[in-house]
Amino acid sequence: MDLVWKNIGALSNIPAQGARRLCIGKSGPPIAVFRTGEDRVFALIDECPHRRGPLSEGIVSGTTVACPLHNWVIDLTSGLALGLDEGGTPILPIRIVAGEVHVGLSLAAGESA
Amino acid sequence: MNMISDPRERLVVIGNGMAGMRTVEELLKRESGRRYQITVFGAEPHVNYNRIMLSSVLAGDKTVDEIVINSREWYDDNGIRLFAGDAVAAIDRNAKTVTAVSGLCVPYDRLLIATGSRPLAPAIPGLGLPGVCAFRDLADVDKMLAAARVHKRAVVIGGGLLGLEAAWGLKQRGMSVAVVHLMPTLMERQLDAAAGQLLQRDLDRRGISFFTDGQTEEIMGVARAEGVQLADGRVIPADLVVLAIGIRPNIDLARAAGLEVNRGVAVYDDMRTSDPDIFAVGECVEHRGEVFGLVAPLWEQAKVCAAQLGGDETAAFASQALSTSLKITGVDVFSAGALMAADENDDEITLRDDSRGLYKKIVLRDGKLVGAVLYGDVADGQWYLQLMRDNVDVAELRERLVFGRAVAEAVSAKPIGPDFAAMPDDAQICGCNGVSKGAIVGAIRGKNLASLEDVRAHTKASASCGQCTGLVERLLGFAAGAAAKPAKKTLCDCADAGHDEIRHAIVAQKLKTMQAVREAFGWKKSEGCHKCRPALNYYLLCAWPDEYKDDSRSRFVNERVHANIQKDGTFSVVPRMWGGLTTPAELHAIASVAEKFNIPTVKVTGGQRIDLLGVKKDDLPAVWSDLNKAGLVSGHAYAKGLRTVKTCVGSEWCRFGTQDSTGLGVKLEKMCWGSWTPHKVKLAVSGCPRNCAEATIKDLGIVCVEAGYDIVVGGNGGVEVRVSDSLARVATEEEVLEYAGAFLQLYREEAHYFERTAPWIARVGIAYVKRRLVEDGEGRCGLHARFLHSQTFVQHDPWADRAKGADAHEFAPLLALAEA
Repeated sequence: MDLVWKNIGALSNIPAQGARRLCIGKSGPPIAVFRTGEDRVFALIDECPHRRGPLSEGIVSGTTVACPLHNWVIDLTSGLALGLDEGGTPILPIRIVAGEVHVGLSLAAGESA
Repeated sequence: MNMISDPRERLVVIGNGMAGMRTVEELLKRESGRRYQITVFGAEPHVNYNRIMLSSVLAGDKTVDEIVINSREWYDDNGIRLFAGDAVAAIDRNAKTVTAVSGLCVPYDRLLIATGSRPLAPAIPGLGLPGVCAFRDLADVDKMLAAARVHKRAVVIGGGLLGLEAAWGLKQRGMSVAVVHLMPTLMERQLDAAAGQLLQRDLDRRGISFFTDGQTEEIMGVARAEGVQLADGRVIPADLVVLAIGIRPNIDLARAAGLEVNRGVAVYDDMRTSDPDIFAVGECVEHRGEVFGLVAPLWEQAKVCAAQLGGDETAAFASQALSTSLKITGVDVFSAGALMAADENDDEITLRDDSRGLYKKIVLRDGKLVGAVLYGDVADGQWYLQLMRDNVDVAELRERLVFGRAVAEAVSAKPIGPDFAAMPDDAQICGCNGVSKGAIVGAIRGKNLASLEDVRAHTKASASCGQCTGLVERLLGFAAGAAAKPAKKTLCDCADAGHDEIRHAIVAQKLKTMQAVREAFGWKKSEGCHKCRPALNYYLLCAWPDEYKDDSRSRFVNERVHANIQKDGTFSVVPRMWGGLTTPAELHAIASVAEKFNIPTVKVTGGQRIDLLGVKKDDLPAVWSDLNKAGLVSGHAYAKGLRTVKTCVGSEWCRFGTQDSTGLGVKLEKMCWGSWTPHKVKLAVSGCPRNCAEATIKDLGIVCVEAGYDIVVGGNGGVEVRVSDSLARVATEEEVLEYAGAFLQLYREEAHYFERTAPWIARVGIAYVKRRLVEDGEGRCGLHARFLHSQTFVQHDPWADRAKGADAHEFAPLLALAEA
């Protein structure tokens, strides 16, 4: 499956220990782009595996995010729920080129955009 | 005595009894006889004695000398002229003189009427026969003792306090005694029927016979009393008949002098009669429609009257709840206030142990004790009386109150928590994961689980949002009993330290950043986690309000974006309505915003606010901007902070309102808005004890009463309903504000993050909170001042800032993939 790399702008647009939601058209699932306290960047489908809570609104600590709805903790590196919870959310590849963030959309996602 | 050369005013006292002489004693205490030359007339040929103790003299427990209050020497030493045995025949208010039966005429500047009461006599034949007497003074006692020496049979008419004491005294003197009582049960004015029956049973065992429902028709006899004939035909032989059916204020002199009289001599709060130079005290007076037969209010009247005579015009008499006890050795009776529920809103709680002859009844009204009847064990009588006089909120003692002070106060911490035994198995404990009580108990017992972590691992209960952790822990305690291991209360898994340790160190070691705290305690994760970061952020903000910079990244989404996230990721917006008040202009603005932004749901909240639900995040700044234009600001409905101050309409409109509850609610909200607290805080102000604002299930509630404001704390209407504890009663709004600020600051400084006031108070005890806020006035002022100081940094509208562009990245999505 081919990846389409899209430049989504400067890293500084995303708050450290925070996230922004990415809108890629009218349909398709929303994407959350996270920036950790150590400036690592991750992109995940913005839906908690539990009740589809918006992970982009959660508290980011290290490389985890806590869902704002019921505090499920999701590992940003794998998209998997930590602790006793089971489930996961798809992750998307990221590249940072010259301070700008590029997110890799699969063809399917690209088509839906 | 040369009265013309005496420069003092002349005070004449009519009545040498307990109330009159107590007034003179109180006056001497104040004036040492400098102001008044005092003359006393007494109808009885004795010095002043303790009339209450007549029954003890009759029973042989005391001698006459032992009940003398003031001896002849006392009168002489204090320069008081006493005319004992010379009753006053008339008062001439124009000439300002009194004339005694002997013809003696004495002028007065001030006159005190203390003529007491006289026995009531039924209108029946035979009253004048020898062998018939009342039970009122020493002469009566002499008659009764004389009869007891030579006669055998006595009948006492009247089964009230006085009659029973007379009956017991005569029984002690060797007579056979029968009591005739008009009513079905004894002492019906002081005892309810149950206690009255116990009393009758006990006295019956002691050899006194009773004729209840007995109406005396005639005292029979020719040369002296021979018996009593009842209306139903019964005849009781008697050599002595004692009338003790009641007393009547002795008002003849006052009436003849043209003073205002009703049942008694009418007096105002200053104990003056309708003639300002004439005072009256004791059983002869009527104050605000009430007449008096017990000693306690007489002492109070004496004090007030003496103060007035001494020139203190502020002294005022107010009648208080009274108690009665019966002076019969070995029979313990106590009663005070209401004998029974007045209507279905009152509650009676009774404890009865027939074989031990024990009976206790308390009457509750609006959470206050209003009556107590005790039989057999009266040790707690005075405690109950004090609770009544102080109008103490006894709601939290309710279950134990009837067992007496020792039991009621032994368990001061209110049990908090649900009754698991009564809870059905399908009751849901963990809402996030849909785990029922039955599933949790089954896992704990089936797999021998002993720790919270085990329960989480096997059932997922409390594994998600954690709100139900406390509930699951207690359920573990219930199901596993002693096997349950309490988890150490750490702040989170990042640290081994607990909340209190960390809070203490923040202040003591002057730790002013989260990083400093984490380093000081060796945090396992360098950035902490979603549990400890909001807590530390709050603790630092509370400790260093003027230095610490709030970390929005450590705040839960609602507090970060100043709106409440909903299940679908949209938000709700709740503007502040001070004290629940709004205006047409505000309502127009809210309606316009709802239409303009297609807000799907508009709902009135339980906190008297309007909630706009389903607002898209991108729209929030524009919504706030429009609301701001109408003067509406953030209602902080999303904050661990002050949410709302709920009010009723109070004295401005309500016919029951005692104070301006709405106005006070607005003042409280203006003082408290914007504050950050360990968990959300809800206030309410009710204008009267009907409590329409439900103040007693709020974190801080004010219930207005005529006398001021009852402040209650630690209530909660949530998962586990907890009725508040009474903190204090204060007289002014200023005090309410001071207590409120101090209470919130104590909560801010000492509760754990995420701990509501209800579990906090359950944990530390209301006694501790009272110690800090009620008993330590200086400490209270300090807390209040710290609260106001921290408020200076937070009282700005977060919506206004964001409507102007602050934190814009929070609200707009990242620039969309234009070319995607």
